[in-house]
Amino acid sequence: MKVVAADSANSTAEASGRRLLADRLRLRFASGDLGLIPVIIALVVIWIVFELINSHFLTGRNISNLILQSVEIGLLGIGETFILLLGEIDLSIAAVSGVAAAILVLLSSAGVNPWLAIVASLAAGAVLGVFQGVWVTLVGVPAFIVTLAGSLGYQGFLLAMLGDAGTVPIENSTLLGLATTYVSGVYAWILALLGVLLYLWVLLQRRTSRLRYELDRVPDLGSIGARVIALAVVSALIVLALNTYRGIPVAGLVLIALILVFSYVTQSTRFGRHVYALGGHREAARRAGIRVKHVRIAVFTLAGVFGAAGGIMGASRLGSASPASGGGDLLLDSIAAAVIGGTSLFGGRGSVWNALAGALVIGSVENGMDLLSAPSSTKYLVEGGILLVAVTIDTLTRRRRAKAGR
Amino acid sequence: MAETVQTQSGQDRDTPPLLSVRHLKKRFGAVQALRDVSLDVHRGEVVALVGDNGAGKSTTIKIISGVEVPDEGEIFFEGSRVTLSTPAASEALGIQTVYQDLALCDNLDIVSNLYLGRELYRTIIPGVIRVMNHAEMEKNAIPVLKRLGINLPPLNTSVASLSGGQRQTVAVARAVLWGSKLVILDEPTAALGVAQTRAVLDLVKRLAESGVGVLVISHNLSDVFEVADRIVVLRLGQTVANYVTSEVSGEKVVAAITGATEEEVVP
Repeated sequence: MKVVAADSANSTAEASGRRLLADRLRLRFASGDLGLIPVIIALVVIWIVFELINSHFLTGRNISNLILQSVEIGLLGIGETFILLLGEIDLSIAAVSGVAAAILVLLSSAGVNPWLAIVASLAAGAVLGVFQGVWVTLVGVPAFIVTLAGSLGYQGFLLAMLGDAGTVPIENSTLLGLATTYVSGVYAWILALLGVLLYLWVLLQRRTSRLRYELDRVPDLGSIGARVIALAVVSALIVLALNTYRGIPVAGLVLIALILVFSYVTQSTRFGRHVYALGGHREAARRAGIRVKHVRIAVFTLAGVFGAAGGIMGASRLGSASPASGGGDLLLDSIAAAVIGGTSLFGGRGSVWNALAGALVIGSVENGMDLLSAPSSTKYLVEGGILLVAVTIDTLTRRRRAKAGR
Repeated sequence: MAETVQTQSGQDRDTPPLLSVRHLKKRFGAVQALRDVSLDVHRGEVVALVGDNGAGKSTTIKIISGVEVPDEGEIFFEGSRVTLSTPAASEALGIQTVYQDLALCDNLDIVSNLYLGRELYRTIIPGVIRVMNHAEMEKNAIPVLKRLGINLPPLNTSVASLSGGQRQTVAVARAVLWGSKLVILDEPTAALGVAQTRAVLDLVKRLAESGVGVLVISHNLSDVFEVADRIVVLRLGQTVANYVTSEVSGEKVVAAITGATEEEVVP
């Protein structure tokens, strides 16, 4: 009794006092909740290494290319992140993106309004997602199989839709513009400033709400300031570099905007909370009255929509849809993006920001290798190595968590 | 033992029991799981449900928590007859069950687990955007935890990093937070260390002191004697004994559980 009381008194006292940063990090490490830290370190190391080998790596033009290359993987990675949070896997997301690209391009070449074509393409992604979600949730076939079958089927759709035409080019300038428009000069600076202000506002909101409810652990203004200044410096450097070329690619802004929206959805809405709960302990979620089936079908639908969004961006960047759309490494790259970013394969842990970080790691490696004109063999070896390391870290933290848990 | 006296006198008053279960029968295929189970739980009272494996303890609490429907028998809650056909029906009456596997989400923090499925939110755009109110949830949890004398790490700590006793505490606190009148605990001290068991038993006592009826299933007779005001013994699907804890010996309870006669056990 005494022991317990003393123990818990200790920990509350510790909590009420402001924890040192190092202390907090140690705690996070022990509980296996490292968040974005490892992947950001990895990203910095990768950038330094490539820059040392080839000084063209960190030029505005190359960073701009790198962002464009990462957007498609990033969008698919967000969709995959949602599925992984449930503890499931989606092997069809790249094939969905191929179908969506074909629908976009065919509608557009048939003279349909480009925005309507985009909506139709996203809707197609949603329909495929609902189909898979229903099959997994209501019929009960494992997601692995449903999405593998889906992946094969959708490639069939793609071939049937494109028919003898093979590669269909995009002629519409709006659609091509998705990947070739930039926000430059002073407008880029204004956007960066808005981003920093938004971050400041979010942090201050959190602080005021804790103050309003008279809770402890109020974030102090010093640490808020430090975080905002860090973001300001990083975004200033990026804008500075990008402005030496054409500015911030709009495709990259779309990705960031979607990540902001869905980071909000996962962290601040009931739906987001329930997704995490399902990934953590599905039975607990069911007993707590969460409508498990609704949530799961919604997540599969969302993944379908993100697959389609990635397909649209990919088609715009390549300027066409072809039987190869959504093929190649895209599927594994998108799963890898989520996992490398730190989203757990075992469900319940991760965030959409991880997908961005992971996509940038993969984009950087591919881009850097291209810059060095490394052979495909080396590219595959390096990417495979990175994926293995990421999953190993996930597995080890999970094991350590299980040990520390009880 | 002050609590016992208090609840005894409470029992003597002519208020109807919080929960009264009368002559439950339940058959699963060829197995007659419950033959005739009756028990009462009063407000502010801890009742222990004991019995050997297969005696029908789990079936009984499943029926009270609405998971199973009895073939025969009646359930009265706060004096009126009720039909508990779903878990939601039981919860709506204020019956909360804390299962052995605790049903917590390891990946979420303490507040999230306390409010799982019942998150507080503000409506930004009616019907479209609802935002969870993290701060309000945390604020409302604090007095409940305080009332039960619960000391937990900061409420944003992930449940995975809690000890077994702390996890049990979170599960119980969650039941209490929902304003329950009857809390059913399934083996609350199984798999806990000595100090943690101590803390959970104290929590159970405080829970009862705060006016909640508590029904505890336990295999551990020393825990039962420590915490329960009354002991209900099941054997082979039947209520065979209903003791006031202060008036009974361990041997007698064991004898009732095993079905041995008193003479065989007491030398």
